Amino acid sequence: MNLFPLEPFLRPLHENPWTYLVFGVIGFFFGFVLESSGFGDSKKLAAQFYFKELTVLKVMFGAIVTAMVLLFFSSALGILDFNLVYVPETYLWPGIVGGLIMGVGFIIGGLCPGTSLVSAATLKIDGIFFVLGALFGIWAFGETVDAYWVWWNTNSYYGRLTLMDVFHLPTGVVVLLVVLMALFMFWGAEQLERIFGKRDLKKEPKQRIFGAAALVVIALATIVLGEPTTAEKYARLTLTRTVEGEKITLPVEEVLSRRLVQIHPAELLHTMADPRLSTILLDVRSEADYNLFHIRGARRVGLDELPDLIPTLLTVDSGRTIVVVMSNDEAAATDAWRLLVAESVPNVYILEGGINNWIAVFGQGEADIVPTPVPGAVDRLDYSFPAALGDRYEAADPNPHEWEIEYTPRIELERRRGPSGGGCG
Amino acid sequence: MAAIPEKPKKGLFGIPEKPYMHPYLGGALLGIVLFVAFLLTRNGLGASGGLNRLIAAGQDAVVPGHIDRTPYLLKLAGGSLNPLDDWSVPVVLGAIVGGFVSGLINGRVRPEINKGPRVSNGLRLFMAFAGGTIMAYGARMARGCTSGQALSGGATLSAGSWALMMCIFAGAYALAYFMRKFWN
Repeated sequence: MNLFPLEPFLRPLHENPWTYLVFGVIGFFFGFVLESSGFGDSKKLAAQFYFKELTVLKVMFGAIVTAMVLLFFSSALGILDFNLVYVPETYLWPGIVGGLIMGVGFIIGGLCPGTSLVSAATLKIDGIFFVLGALFGIWAFGETVDAYWVWWNTNSYYGRLTLMDVFHLPTGVVVLLVVLMALFMFWGAEQLERIFGKRDLKKEPKQRIFGAAALVVIALATIVLGEPTTAEKYARLTLTRTVEGEKITLPVEEVLSRRLVQIHPAELLHTMADPRLSTILLDVRSEADYNLFHIRGARRVGLDELPDLIPTLLTVDSGRTIVVVMSNDEAAATDAWRLLVAESVPNVYILEGGINNWIAVFGQGEADIVPTPVPGAVDRLDYSFPAALGDRYEAADPNPHEWEIEYTPRIELERRRGPSGGGCG
Repeated sequence: MAAIPEKPKKGLFGIPEKPYMHPYLGGALLGIVLFVAFLLTRNGLGASGGLNRLIAAGQDAVVPGHIDRTPYLLKLAGGSLNPLDDWSVPVVLGAIVGGFVSGLINGRVRPEINKGPRVSNGLRLFMAFAGGTIMAYGARMARGCTSGQALSGGATLSAGSWALMMCIFAGAYALAYFMRKFWN
């Protein structure tokens, strides 16, 4: 298990009230540094847009690249699980339109929501008026967004999308490119300040060169180390399960061998019928087998396509979403499970005995489905079908009220703070 | 006649004003705060989200029925949900205290209006309110402001956050020319 982020912060905060205090302390230093950098002064912020002094750009990009190199370096070292770090989801057009509106508000008001807080805290009257305006604007948004609710929620939604995904480059390379871009911008900003702001660059501290060098070195180290592979993440992984009323933490292969994550078909049926839960069924078999028979609602996804699905699965509401992987027996499904848990997808289970077992349980009444087992075969569909009817068999969609089967429940909903726990909540 | 030396400005309790931190140092420190936030808690920094929840809490106290009929507010404060039960709220409160403490020890806490030299106080305050309204509306549409999206999302290399960041600067620079008399 990675050390960071700390486990209590992955759970609903009210379970550990001290976590609020930690956020309060983080906020304190946030406000302290903003004020110390001059962000409480609207004139200083507005000067950015007249090239006289580019403090905003320097502080902002300085902060972004510092945090970025430390973040991805920690991930490369294996002490931070980046999949658990909240990455704002991409809603491209709402972001673009909202960003342009924000830019307009920035130059008119001279502050942004974060900086206006420290401006108001240091009794700048314009800062106080900006905060009041911001509260009014937020209220106005809540009252009007219903008018374009669908656009706001669905237009150009790409989920958890990073620049690495966009440019198909390794993480370390993107980190280095962003550092180099920032350093170039800093250089350009200093030139602008010299020309428009009449600033003497000789008085600038020499240490800034060391800072720049440190950023480049850490970025290079991140490239050399590389981000941890799925296999490396899996090797470090432990899971906490409840066994006989006691919570125990086990190495992940032991969780498999003790069959703590293989759920009986009846438990799956029961879960699918629970209106409070959302069950994602991932069928990792061949297309041919899937076309012959699959559980209604199951999505076919090859093992090789599974990694592409991970960003989506990381953003589901873990308080109510169960992911169940299935193959003909358990072999391929278990491989899929290993991949998903290594990448920190919450609440993943394996259909016990796979589709063969599902049909053995729910397909008894269907005369058309004939068992054709081959001894010793692995992950083979052990039935023959009159036609490739997919999910149009009765056994593909059993009525949960007709089946009363005893099983040992395996599903323990791991409640993580959902995506709404992000900066946008 | 010799120029009258400018009186050093003072803050609350007569503490003399000190200069601001060097922007690169400020950036590095802010980056470390942001990194520690991600490392410990998985969340970055934010301002508009916390303010949003304060507003929702106010509405929940005054007109709870209205919350339950509005999908956007329902997610924050519907039914028995406490809109203040979120990480962004203590971050906002902490930021206010931190900003005050930094201003206090550096002699910068004093009532004043920062504005361009040619602008009346009334106009500046009106524009501050208007700018705050516009910015916050845009920030909620973009699901985060300069802190939550540009800073925190930028550091995690979120594609949408980078697009948004460019748009903030584009919007501001596009309008800056027409606002030059206001600020200079």
